[in-house]
Amino acid sequence: MTADRPLVALRGVTKRYRTGTLALNGIDLSIRQGEFVALLGASGCGKSTLLRILAGLSAPSSGSIDWPQAAHDASGDPLRDIGFVFQEPTLMPWASVMRNVTLPLELAGMKRSEAEDRAADWLARVELKGFEKAYPRALSGGMKMRVSIARALVTRPRLLLMDEPFAALDEITRFRLNNDLLHLWSEDRFTVVFVTHSVFESVFLAERVVVMAPRPGRIAQEVGIAVEGPRDEAFRTSAAYAEHCRTVSAALSATINPAERPA
Amino acid sequence: MSDEPSPERALPSLGGTEAWLRILAPTVIAFLFLGGWEAVVRINAIPHYILPGPVLVAQTLVRDWGTLSVSLLITLKITFMALSVAAVLGLVLAVLFAQSRIIELSLFPFAVILQVTPIVAIAPLIIIWVNDVTISLLICAWIVAFFPILSNTTVGLNSADHNLIDLFRLYRANRWQVLVRLLLPSALPYFLAGLRISGGLALIGAIVAEFVAGTGGSASGLAYRILEAGYQLQIPRMFAALVLVSGTGIAIFLALTLLSHLLLRKWHESAMGRGDRR
Ligand SMILES: Nc1ncnc2c1ncn2[C@@H]1O[C@H](COP(=O)(O)OP(=O)(O)OP(=O)(O)O)[C@@H](O)[C@H]1O
Ligand SMILES: [Mg+2]
Repeated sequence: MTADRPLVALRGVTKRYRTGTLALNGIDLSIRQGEFVALLGASGCGKSTLLRILAGLSAPSSGSIDWPQAAHDASGDPLRDIGFVFQEPTLMPWASVMRNVTLPLELAGMKRSEAEDRAADWLARVELKGFEKAYPRALSGGMKMRVSIARALVTRPRLLLMDEPFAALDEITRFRLNNDLLHLWSEDRFTVVFVTHSVFESVFLAERVVVMAPRPGRIAQEVGIAVEGPRDEAFRTSAAYAEHCRTVSAALSATINPAERPA
Repeated sequence: MSDEPSPERALPSLGGTEAWLRILAPTVIAFLFLGGWEAVVRINAIPHYILPGPVLVAQTLVRDWGTLSVSLLITLKITFMALSVAAVLGLVLAVLFAQSRIIELSLFPFAVILQVTPIVAIAPLIIIWVNDVTISLLICAWIVAFFPILSNTTVGLNSADHNLIDLFRLYRANRWQVLVRLLLPSALPYFLAGLRISGGLALIGAIVAEFVAGTGGSASGLAYRILEAGYQLQIPRMFAALVLVSGTGIAIFLALTLLSHLLLRKWHESAMGRGDRR
């Protein structure tokens, strides 16, 4: 029953840094193929840590992470098949937009011409046609982020991890990129785990919002966001959206210890 | 699209003015200085074996160009060979350091020792130990020029963006790919900054070593011409050789600045005009 097997399942994942900080404590989370999950929580509750563990960039101190559908390499490491979008665009400043996007393909040994064809497709899909030869410093913040998204998706990963990707952008640009991301997702149905600080962003994007609590980082509550019809500008102003925001906001407030709440 | 970049170079005329100023202002100062010097020499009738005026120095430069140019070429040759060897070895060693912490820990202290030992103090030893004069000069110049390239490049290799390093790990890049596609490009601006410092140092090293060696004959460089002119009280000629040494230093600096600009202008902050910076 492949449909019931999650893409990835975390059981009892704990992470203690060498400094002694308990960043994550007993995380149980499973993510279905094709799902859009938002991780929401106050600063320092371990969202980035969780994302890095999912990406295999950091190992948990205890607990297990299973990739039931993935093949494994010779050393038993799962082939995670992941795209990662960091909070900063994280482009190579010495390389053109095209070279930045072809990077994952070239690292995997794909021929340059083939990689360029694929990258050109993705650049068109993120509306950056004509900027192939530009260098990152000539692009605006929003455009750099699009390049970063194209680079993350060019390998057609099963799982796209995004760590507050739009936090540094102005609201208009953020809304545009939210729409564009949903559009790409509805076309390709990759799985997304999207870290954000913003209740509004998490409700707009995600099918499920995982609310995290700090000290130690843990999952406080999961809120499903069922939406009839498309997630578009009309949704953004609908009563249903406002209602979901209230629910998630309440869940988020409950994670903050009353004593620590800012006066 | 709402996020197109805004038109750049809003103030092209100012940029042009500044470029002119950059050349004009030092030139005016130089002429004032030279004019004042000539005036002082003439008004006080200072004898030319004490202080020759700039006109006499220029005349000497032209008159003795035959000998001086030969010496200039010799000094240039040593400087460039030393700089090239320093660049290659500095880069290779920095890469080795970046690959292996053990190599770095065991060798870096010796690089520091080479750097802090005054070249004037070890030059005589090197000249005694190495039979070939050219090679001993080369070694002295190399010792002085080597360290800035090594230490700068080491810093550069360690300064790669951590998120980019993670990205390469995520895509299972091998060591070679990380080195060539990430670490070396990140280190390039640092390497070039080191090269610019080392260019001047290589010249100084070559001159100092020549002074210590004090070799005469046809195969001697500018430093020997200075020494020789000093012994013979041909002070104008001494000044002419000195002018050539300074000129060479300036030319090396300008050439390396240009090289750095050409290699970095497309992407690095340091190679952009002020108006372009955002
Ligand atoms: N490399 C590290 N070494 C030691 N402690 C760390 C490290 N990275 C994170 N931490 C600690 O772990 C906790 C969780 O950090 P993390 O970056 O995962 O939080 P976050 O939810 O992503 O916060 P933010 O929203 O501010 O990005 C914090 O208390 C942080 O200080
Ligand atoms: Mg974070």
